Amino acid sequence: MWFKTKKGIKPAPKREVPNGLWLKCNGCGEILYNKELAKNLWICEKCNYYFRISSKKYIEILTDEFTLKEDLIESDDPLEFKDYTEKLKSGKERSGAKDAIITGEAKIGKHRVAIGAMEFKFMGGSMGSVVGEKIKRIINLAEKEHIPFILVGASGGARMQEGILSLMQMAKTSGALARLGEAKVPYISILTNPTTGGVMASYASLGDIVIAEPNALLGFAGPRVIKQTIKQDLPEGFQRSEFLLEHGFLDAIVERKELKTTLIKILDFFNS
Amino acid sequence: MSPIWLEFERPIIELERKIEELHIITGEDNLQTKEKLTELKTELTKLKEDTYSNLTPWQRVQLARHPDRPYTSDYIKLIFDDFLELHGDRHFRDDPAIITGIGKINGKSVVLIGSEKGRKTKDRIYHNFGMAHPEGYRKALRVMKLGEKFNKPIIIFIDTSAAYPGIGAEERGQAQAIAENIKAMSTLKVPILIMITGEGGSGGALGIGVGDVVLVQEYAFYSVIPPEACAAILWKDASRAPEAAKSLKLTSKKLLEFKVIDGIIEEPDGGTHRDFKKAATILKETILKHLNYLSDIPTNVLVEKRIEKFANMGIYKKIKS
Repeated sequence: MWFKTKKGIKPAPKREVPNGLWLKCNGCGEILYNKELAKNLWICEKCNYYFRISSKKYIEILTDEFTLKEDLIESDDPLEFKDYTEKLKSGKERSGAKDAIITGEAKIGKHRVAIGAMEFKFMGGSMGSVVGEKIKRIINLAEKEHIPFILVGASGGARMQEGILSLMQMAKTSGALARLGEAKVPYISILTNPTTGGVMASYASLGDIVIAEPNALLGFAGPRVIKQTIKQDLPEGFQRSEFLLEHGFLDAIVERKELKTTLIKILDFFNS
Repeated sequence: MSPIWLEFERPIIELERKIEELHIITGEDNLQTKEKLTELKTELTKLKEDTYSNLTPWQRVQLARHPDRPYTSDYIKLIFDDFLELHGDRHFRDDPAIITGIGKINGKSVVLIGSEKGRKTKDRIYHNFGMAHPEGYRKALRVMKLGEKFNKPIIIFIDTSAAYPGIGAEERGQAQAIAENIKAMSTLKVPILIMITGEGGSGGALGIGVGDVVLVQEYAFYSVIPPEACAAILWKDASRAPEAAKSLKLTSKKLLEFKVIDGIIEEPDGGTHRDFKKAATILKETILKHLNYLSDIPTNVLVEKRIEKFANMGIYKKIKS
């Protein structure tokens, strides 16, 4: 689990695209017309600022057909943790998702895939038992059907409210990926802003191919925690996609508009 | 080494000293003091019982972090023969926050891995207080693979507050190093026995924490987040860590209830720091007991069961369509 990242993310997207006609860019302050912004996949035309988008939108952008997998499970409150039940409820309301991930089968171009997309609006995309279980199941499906697995990461890390059970989801998902790897089924990990903590320290980092959107916050510890620990300012661009690419931890940085064509290129490579 | 006592340990220590002094001054046979000695000893037993059967989660965290608690280096000396430390990840550097090496237990060769916090200030700095960098995790994996290649079981001691959160750690891929370890350990083709002997600090612990059998010492803990950090998030006040420790359900008993560990290892009266030798004897017996049957399980079954065990972890509600 790694801490709140809100203060560390700059520029911090204060909200997702609302239903109003106009929107102020968090990057440059420009007033943007909503419809135009949607056409541009929620990227500011002026400054290339990436608005955070929902798991559903990623599925829309990346796939041609999608069948949602209903696992019929929902988060419990095994620790009886302060305010957790309320947080789950408001997470559902805010995101429209049942938990911090949606999974399913999809077609991308001519390729059949198993796909999961994390939902940051649901408790910061945090990974509890349900997220871990859903990821395990979709990986197992990919293995069984021998279809590539794609995951869009967006998460602050393990879900504190489920304590140690959340931490164990790292082992659960990584074990499933080990099996997927042995079955020689490809896994493509797509990292978006932010992917940190226990999610980054497990399945998000384990792709056969790991790509990221530009300028996403990616790392293990949250910047605030690091700053507190080392008691000095962090370098410019620290823990951003470009930083990770430079240090050898990403295969590529891919613009949102290019994600689908890039995915098809990768899938073509594996499937031909 | 001058001992450090926790607040709730103090009355016990004082009473123990009183008994010891009386014993030395007058001897066991003195009729006058014999009665008094018996009385004090009864009082001591009761005091110990009251204290240790009612420990709060926070007191357990304090015991797990006790600066006099035995560390991996202590256990290695007390349990294993012919230990040879193996240094370095063969890529970047040697990370002293994790010790790795080879040794023998009752004549049987094993690979040893363990967090090391260091005892004195200088040592603590050298070992980075037991907080590993990516190269520590990579060194551990390198040595584990050595064990796999030559079919030697792997024994791991965990006692770390966290993986180190720093610039270098991020530059060298802390998340990637931990992730790779977790995945690789899931399928290593030799028995892996994990013992949490102090702090089981989040991903920093899990990075060397995937095994066939995971055991936790009675007063050790395993948590997704340090209580202080949890309190800082919940109440914007790290000093409320004792409350957070309670909320996180991080005690050995709870871990067993949640089925994230396979058993609890008994500690000497008052905790492992009160009796290194006894603590080591218990650990040695535990290791031998588990190695004994783990070695007989065919590799493919072992790995299958290991993955299955972690695959079943988690608690959620099933809903109707």
